[in-house]
Amino acid sequence: MPPLPAPALALHDVSKRYGRRWALARLTYALPAGRSLLLTGHNGSGKTTLLRLVATALSPTAGRVEVLGRDAMADRESVRRDVALLSHASFLYEDLTAHQNLTVLARLLGIPSPQDAASALLTRVGLTQRSDSPVRSFSAGMRKRLAIARLLLKAPAIALLDEPFGELDPQGIRDMERIIGELKSSGVTVVLATHLIEQGLTLCEERLHLQDGRAVAA
Amino acid sequence: MSTTPPRPRAIGLVAATLALLRKDLLIEWRTRARLNAIIFFALATLLMFSFALGPDTKLLEKNAGGYFWLAILFASVLALGESFRVESENACMDGVRLAPADARAIFLSKALGNTLLLTALGALLVPVMVALYGVRIVTSFMDLGLILLLGCLALSAPGTVYAAISSNARARDVLLPLLLFPLVIPALLSAAKATTLVLQGDPMNQFNSWLGLLGGFNLIYWGVGFVLFPRIIED
Repeated sequence: MPPLPAPALALHDVSKRYGRRWALARLTYALPAGRSLLLTGHNGSGKTTLLRLVATALSPTAGRVEVLGRDAMADRESVRRDVALLSHASFLYEDLTAHQNLTVLARLLGIPSPQDAASALLTRVGLTQRSDSPVRSFSAGMRKRLAIARLLLKAPAIALLDEPFGELDPQGIRDMERIIGELKSSGVTVVLATHLIEQGLTLCEERLHLQDGRAVAA
Repeated sequence: MSTTPPRPRAIGLVAATLALLRKDLLIEWRTRARLNAIIFFALATLLMFSFALGPDTKLLEKNAGGYFWLAILFASVLALGESFRVESENACMDGVRLAPADARAIFLSKALGNTLLLTALGALLVPVMVALYGVRIVTSFMDLGLILLLGCLALSAPGTVYAAISSNARARDVLLPLLLFPLVIPALLSAAKATTLVLQGDPMNQFNSWLGLLGGFNLIYWGVGFVLFPRIIED
């Protein structure tokens, strides 16, 4: 029998504490590569904390996070290269244009033609008309589109999407579903945290329900 | 044209520093918020010293170097704080960290950006100081330029570290000067003394000693910032 591939994501007894409150408590879970996971739970249940731990934006209080077989804390820089996070915060510079925001990231990523890569992604998320407008003038939905373009620029192996449908209009939600479908079909492991459970279930094969930082049966 | 960008590759420290510095300068150019604020603040400070001391031109002349550097120091607090405010909006610092960018490149780009801004401010203040305080450059412009550059480097390295530390604090506007001012006293003293020698002549050849002290200060604090900064922004 061939050996089982390393999981895209493995949590070993992971806990995270903010002050006196445990946001995650002894969470153990493994997600096979190429599968997609729907994270559900009420506000404050630990979904965002979990995504930020996997993205290495936070370090766990206890336990170990493994991403593509590597320790997320010990091998932080190489893990960051493979993981992209769509967060509540957009990571966008308000005073730069949409195009400039993507070009800055493309340069940091060492992409050979940063301007072309930025233009292509703005077309893909439907922001070509506003590519030279400063982000400060963008609506919440447009910011979300630009934030997803930022994520796509990284061409990640694992995409972490925190409430990707929030602030989007119906067309925007359809576009987001299409993009998530494209990510999945290209072999990207997707972790999706959303309150829109019906939508999430159509996109994901696995489900993890969190309550007070613990995994419980949905 | 393909709509899928190529996989990212690691870029070197210098390339990352230049990319981030370019971004910071672009933001500064688009808004000019920081530059305008520090220019007016520093001009007002120079002016206030001349008003506070009244018509005693001898006193103004004697202390012009000190007032000049105090104006730059006070303005630097605004510049340093603002350089990290841009990063806290929309959690941009997280975006840069997770890109991933080398934390040392973030330090170098911020510190170099602040140095450029303060040096430009200093260059602008020199003619104002000459006009307001009735001083003249006795030795050479080159000496003054060198002191200006080294002095601004000396304010920027520890200033960038402390601006990063205080950027997440509730009382950041108070915390930054409280941390920075005591630390930069040796640099301020050296820069002010060396500037005074440029303005009043250097019969005892003391200029190089002050320059050496400023150089040593820079070496220590740029080194400390380079080594410590990754821990500061990650932990």
